[in-house]
Amino acid sequence: MMRDDNEAILSQAARWRAEGVGVALAHVIATWGSAPRPVGSLMAVSATGAMAGSVSGGCVEGAVALEAAKVLAEGEPRFLSFGISNEMAWEVGLACGGKLEIYVEPIQ
Amino acid sequence: MKARIFDALRAALAERRAVALVTDLGSGLQTLVDAEGRQQGDAGLEDEFLPQVVEAIRQDRRGIVEFYDGRFFINVHPPANRLLIVGAVHLAQALVPAARLAGFDVSVIDPRTAFATPERFPETDLITEWPDEALERLRPDARTAVVALTHDPKFDDPTLTAALSSDAFYVGVLGGRKNQAARLERLRAQGVPAEQLARIHGPVGLDIGAVSPAEIAVAILADIILALRGPKWKAG
Repeated sequence: MMRDDNEAILSQAARWRAEGVGVALAHVIATWGSAPRPVGSLMAVSATGAMAGSVSGGCVEGAVALEAAKVLAEGEPRFLSFGISNEMAWEVGLACGGKLEIYVEPIQ
Repeated sequence: MKARIFDALRAALAERRAVALVTDLGSGLQTLVDAEGRQQGDAGLEDEFLPQVVEAIRQDRRGIVEFYDGRFFINVHPPANRLLIVGAVHLAQALVPAARLAGFDVSVIDPRTAFATPERFPETDLITEWPDEALERLRPDARTAVVALTHDPKFDDPTLTAALSSDAFYVGVLGGRKNQAARLERLRAQGVPAEQLARIHGPVGLDIGAVSPAEIAVAILADIILALRGPKWKAG
């Protein structure tokens, strides 16, 4: 029953597109453990690095935005997976102990 | 995602149609499927696969499924939940933005045009029909909550009668316990069956000791969300 703000996220993506800015969509396609956002959560990332929506509790969005830039540059989708973070190593990860898989695609 | 699919997905959400976006994770091709199994797009889903997608829409079920050699991601995009507020009162002025924040499409119904004004409810869908007529036309579905806030039986009672015979997932009414008892008695006398009366949330809202209109709006919204999702961690 998760509708929340998909409509708002897609509207923001449409506004960027109307301004001629490229947009990638990141979809949470699988989760394990206590991942903060459910499967189906969306984040739109513009070619200028702006973000709308979320795929975690703020843990991995920065890394997803960087990957989205590559997706937009190459025009090809990518799969990303994130696991438990290791704070000592400063890795990008999920402090909550969950795991998640994300599909990032360009809108073209 | 092709622009054509992106536009079709946005159009479906704007028209309150539930759809599933199916992505072939091998090729990246996508198809939009509606609740009747009609498809629009490039993934070319086979006839035997479509019923699975339609069932996913019905159950709001998302995830990766395998079909023959393919891996597909099904994402269901249901229409927004809807809140119909009867009574363009002070409390409604707080409840409208609160419910919007939580993702609800909100309409305010009140035939009293002194209350239902754009000044009091900027950029809000205002309906000045009588509540029972409005509800008859709007046909609350299983994603719709109805709350009656007028404190006036002349408006609240017909609202409840109409809402209780609909599929609304939440029917609530403002008023203290004494008023609630009197109301139930009136509705029973009008022939509303006991199992329908049991659906009424009244006094409306979670008991968080709310006092101000804004606090009561939060209590009402929390109770509606509880009815929609169910509790996450069971007590005890």
